[in-house]
Amino acid sequence: MAGPSPAPPSPPEELASRLLDALQRRIPGAHGVRNLARLSGGASQETFAFEAETDRGPLPLVLRRSPGGAPRQGGMGSTLSLEDEARVVARAAAAGVPVPSILFVLEPADGLGSGFVMRFLEGESLPRRILRDEALARLRQGLAAECGRILARIHATDVRGIAGLESVPPELAVERCRKLLRAFDVPRPVVELALVWLEDHLPSPVPQTLVHGDFRNGNLLVGPEGVRAVLDWELAHVGDPAEDLGWLCANVWRFGERDRRVGGFGDLPDLLAAYEEAGGRPIPPERVHWFEVLAGVKWTLGCSTMAAAFAAGSDRNVERAAVGRRASENEIDLLHLLDPAPPGTAGGP
Amino acid sequence: MQDPPRIPELIEAVREFLERDALPELRGRTRFLARVSVNVLGLVLRELELAPAAEAAERERLAELLGRPVPDLDEGNRELCRRIREREIGLADEALRAHLWQTTLAKLAVDQPRYSGCLAARERLHGGRGGAA
Repeated sequence: MAGPSPAPPSPPEELASRLLDALQRRIPGAHGVRNLARLSGGASQETFAFEAETDRGPLPLVLRRSPGGAPRQGGMGSTLSLEDEARVVARAAAAGVPVPSILFVLEPADGLGSGFVMRFLEGESLPRRILRDEALARLRQGLAAECGRILARIHATDVRGIAGLESVPPELAVERCRKLLRAFDVPRPVVELALVWLEDHLPSPVPQTLVHGDFRNGNLLVGPEGVRAVLDWELAHVGDPAEDLGWLCANVWRFGERDRRVGGFGDLPDLLAAYEEAGGRPIPPERVHWFEVLAGVKWTLGCSTMAAAFAAGSDRNVERAAVGRRASENEIDLLHLLDPAPPGTAGGP
Repeated sequence: MQDPPRIPELIEAVREFLERDALPELRGRTRFLARVSVNVLGLVLRELELAPAAEAAERERLAELLGRPVPDLDEGNRELCRRIREREIGLADEALRAHLWQTTLAKLAVDQPRYSGCLAARERLHGGRGGAA
């Protein structure tokens, strides 16, 4: 056929071809990669869904990678490498936590950066659908308790020997927030007030456990029968187990269902009772409250971090810019938490 | 002096184009980002309308709290932050709490007026709708 010579392969084609090479080294009978689609990602990390064509039919998979193999830059100090993330997920699976199974971890020879390939699971993870879909009504009734049981298993996971898992006790988390706030150099009186409160009410130390770090509505893949997988382990660390419960309860993850404290779908007593029944160390509600305040501070700063990455030019898209304007949501939540009886209201002075 | 249309009208025109004409043509992530863009332009319009009065009110409250004039809002907020950090003023201070509620509600009236925490706060502080919106 006459005509111009073919264009050099565009990045998606090159990615697909390297991915196929990587698959063929590990999966006998793999002969194609189809429907490669980017699901999400920022400058330092990408997630793709695709189908591997194999002799036994199509195999739906997910690639999670850092293209340059560079360490990820989570705003709140995510330092876990993708290799260690894969290790944590495997250990959590061994402890009975529902997770997507990891097929293999990338190696330098794959030319794909660092990361791993896991199975794609069908299910719903969109928070608003989880909160409103008729077909999930029964799931919602038991979801707070199910989260309690899953969290108990996460917190019982043996993570000895995973060197990259950092220990972040509550006082260190607060200190990091202070540093981050100072680094932004934008005055935030509400956050200052919350930090003072957190410092003055530090929880007493308890034995540390694995903490998922982002356990919330949005990182749960569900079906009508229950939770199929806990996703996104990149913020996993070792710390106070109540941190995961406080994060799950933060209003920003209730997606409008303010009165259902647990993820917008359930109530705290159900979460705590199931957690304890499944072997979790009892957690008093005021400890959850402390971590809910910490969550508000962290997410305020998380929003600012993403907006700062946009402003600095490292991650230029309108979503990143817009998220800077969601910091104020967390500030109003912090005020609700810190000042339950505002001046001039029935309950206030 | 520039000719009409004025800035809010121009932004509104772009917002309408994105929402009515472009969005239905788009798919996937591009569609999502276009949806975000429509929301951002709505936010810009709200800020153009609300910010001058909101900042004047914030400045006035800050001056009251700090006991001196606040010519520069950023500087005044920095001073308030310092006082909170050094525990010179805190949750026990009713005027501080009132100021922070009002300031945050004013920010949300621009950023995210339908956020659940914002609606709940307005209900608590003003006994219903209205208020900062």
